[in-house]
Amino acid sequence: MTTTQTTAIPAIGEEAAIEIAKLNKWYGTFHVLRDIDLVVGRGERIVIAGPSGSGKSTLIRCINRLEEHQSGRIVVDGTELTNDLKNIDKVRSEVGMVFQHFNLFPHLTILENCTLAPIWVRKIPKREAEETAMHFLAKVKIPEQAHKYPGQLSGGQQQRVAIARALCMRPRIMLFDEPTSALDPEMIKEVLDTMIELAEDGMTMLCVTHEMGFAQAVAHRVIFMDQGQIVEQNTPKEFFNNPRSERTRLFLSQILGH
Amino acid sequence: MSETHSETAAPGRFAYVRETMLPPEPPPLAETGAIKWLRENLFSGPLNIALTFVGLGIVWLVVGTVGPWLSHSVWNAGSMAECRQIIAETWGEGAHGACFALLKHRWNQFLFGFYPQELYWRPVLAFGLLFLALAPVLFADSARARRIVLGLAIALTLAVSALLGAGAAALLAMAALMLGWAGLIETRRQWSLLASLAYPFVAVWLLWGGSLWGEAMAMAGFVLGYGVWLLLGARFGMLAFALAVVAAAAWWLLLSGPVASGLAGLVPLRLGPVSSDQFGGFVLSITIGVAGIALSLPLGVILALARRSDLPVIKVLAVTFIEFIRGVPLITLLFVASLLLNYFLPPGTNFDIILRVIIMVTLFASAYMAEVIRGGLAALPKGQYEAADALGLDYWKAQRLVVLPQALKISIPGIVSTFIGMFKDTTLVVFVGLFDPLKAMADTIRASFEWKGAYWEPYVFVGAIFFILCFGMSRYSMYLERRLKRDHR
Repeated sequence: MTTTQTTAIPAIGEEAAIEIAKLNKWYGTFHVLRDIDLVVGRGERIVIAGPSGSGKSTLIRCINRLEEHQSGRIVVDGTELTNDLKNIDKVRSEVGMVFQHFNLFPHLTILENCTLAPIWVRKIPKREAEETAMHFLAKVKIPEQAHKYPGQLSGGQQQRVAIARALCMRPRIMLFDEPTSALDPEMIKEVLDTMIELAEDGMTMLCVTHEMGFAQAVAHRVIFMDQGQIVEQNTPKEFFNNPRSERTRLFLSQILGH
Repeated sequence: MSETHSETAAPGRFAYVRETMLPPEPPPLAETGAIKWLRENLFSGPLNIALTFVGLGIVWLVVGTVGPWLSHSVWNAGSMAECRQIIAETWGEGAHGACFALLKHRWNQFLFGFYPQELYWRPVLAFGLLFLALAPVLFADSARARRIVLGLAIALTLAVSALLGAGAAALLAMAALMLGWAGLIETRRQWSLLASLAYPFVAVWLLWGGSLWGEAMAMAGFVLGYGVWLLLGARFGMLAFALAVVAAAAWWLLLSGPVASGLAGLVPLRLGPVSSDQFGGFVLSITIGVAGIALSLPLGVILALARRSDLPVIKVLAVTFIEFIRGVPLITLLFVASLLLNYFLPPGTNFDIILRVIIMVTLFASAYMAEVIRGGLAALPKGQYEAADALGLDYWKAQRLVVLPQALKISIPGIVSTFIGMFKDTTLVVFVGLFDPLKAMADTIRASFEWKGAYWEPYVFVGAIFFILCFGMSRYSMYLERRLKRDHR
């Protein structure tokens, strides 16, 4: 795996895929996200790391409005997320999401999982949607499972289907919420390989993960969060070799220590 | 591997490498077959042995009581007195026996109430067509089961109609209609669903008779409303829905009457009218039961969704409705239907009593249905909702395509229990003066001089028919659960 490392933060004026400014969110009285500022460039790949409860999942779930934010601005692909349902649906159909627990629809076949949203949201004819689905299922290397149900597949296969399902909507941005955390070690690699391939195609990616090898291989930028704040961000090389904050050093020593 | 082994563990006493894998072997003989079953299930310990003998004792008692009553039964007699005499002569004084001769004479009243005898074919046909209307929905993805059901429905409807004395021409027409419909189901399933939607109107026409145009115009109102929704729904959303309702209501109130009578003048499609007070027995129970089942499921779904809604007004309305209806006995609602509604309706309006009862039974069942379905909705993992949202499906599409198919599947046992309970509750209509098969019909028959004192026989007969119908529903629900099983665990 070789990827060219670009500059950490996109230059001003470069077209941004996501702009987050002064984002704050509370669960009840608990302040989960505190003054988050983040600009994601087109084609940029960001890995978000941090201890559990640091708000990293909440942050990417705010980007497609699975979580509502209380103050600040989130602009995705030129559309600001407000209470306007039309804008929310527009952003959601442009942003693909992959969950920790796959969340495939168990009552539908793999193929139907992949064609549901294209047919009902994008209004693509069924045949065309099926062709697209088969294309992406081939890309994640499980076209032969198309007519099975999710319950018949292994965890790694299910997660690859989930990636294919998101790609079938032809999203401009992909969000990954700990995509390998629920998988057996043997299956993590097949999912990471799929994600690396996706990265090579130039997809804009935000990925919450503990896979530091993946971060080093793929990310342009690593963001470290703690207590709802961005504590440190840098290129993977600098982040891992030369962490600046004490909190980051502690975190890295704990996850890389054994 | 072997290298690491030799490096780290070779000199120690833990070193071990398996050379061959063991093949699986059959279990010991004492662990299989009938002996194992008996030992494990009936005689596994002192308590179980005792329970086994108590159980056998109870079976002996029941068989010893019911057995003679059934085996001493009399089928050929003209009255209860004659029955008793025959039993006493054959089995000696003091012997008990069932007098099923009652059923031989009066079975038709249990089934059809006071429905005109020469028109019995109409409810029979309506009941047969019910299965044709349901088959493409209930047996959508199993051609074999569907064909068996269709074949049985057609054959039995024709056979029963013939036995009830339908003429050759009528039988031919019925056969043509049903075979044509079955052909449509097997070749053009989408179109046959339209026929299924038209079924309720056809059934109402067959049961109550009169001019077909009345029912046709009622249906036209729905088509009109749907047309308005199709035309404007995409652009105006809820406003278009309101418009559709207004258009349909205007049609029903203002135009459908004159148009129907105009058309009836041109092409009179009439069946002899049968009034609601001639309904009784199972014709009444099944009419109310089927209508209540068909209406309470969609209403229950809407109430369940409303109760989980984020909009406080809708949620409060749903909770109030559900809790109020569940907190009141069904009989109270039936009394409201028969008495109170008259006060609220403008004087002179004649609002059919069966229709009123159907409305109340539907409301009652839908409150329970809503709670059953809410359980199914709550059982779905949050991730399913999130995945649907993340793909950009809007609320209604997410509900229809992702949430409800799974939630309803989970709720099948509860839904069918509610159906079965409601169907049996239709016997309560006796309290508002309708002739249910269990109490009102049995009382009516007992009121005649010949069958005075026949208590057990009607209950056994009516109970058996209820059991067959309810057991059928229960078996179908189990079949459906197996059929929809997708987790393959």
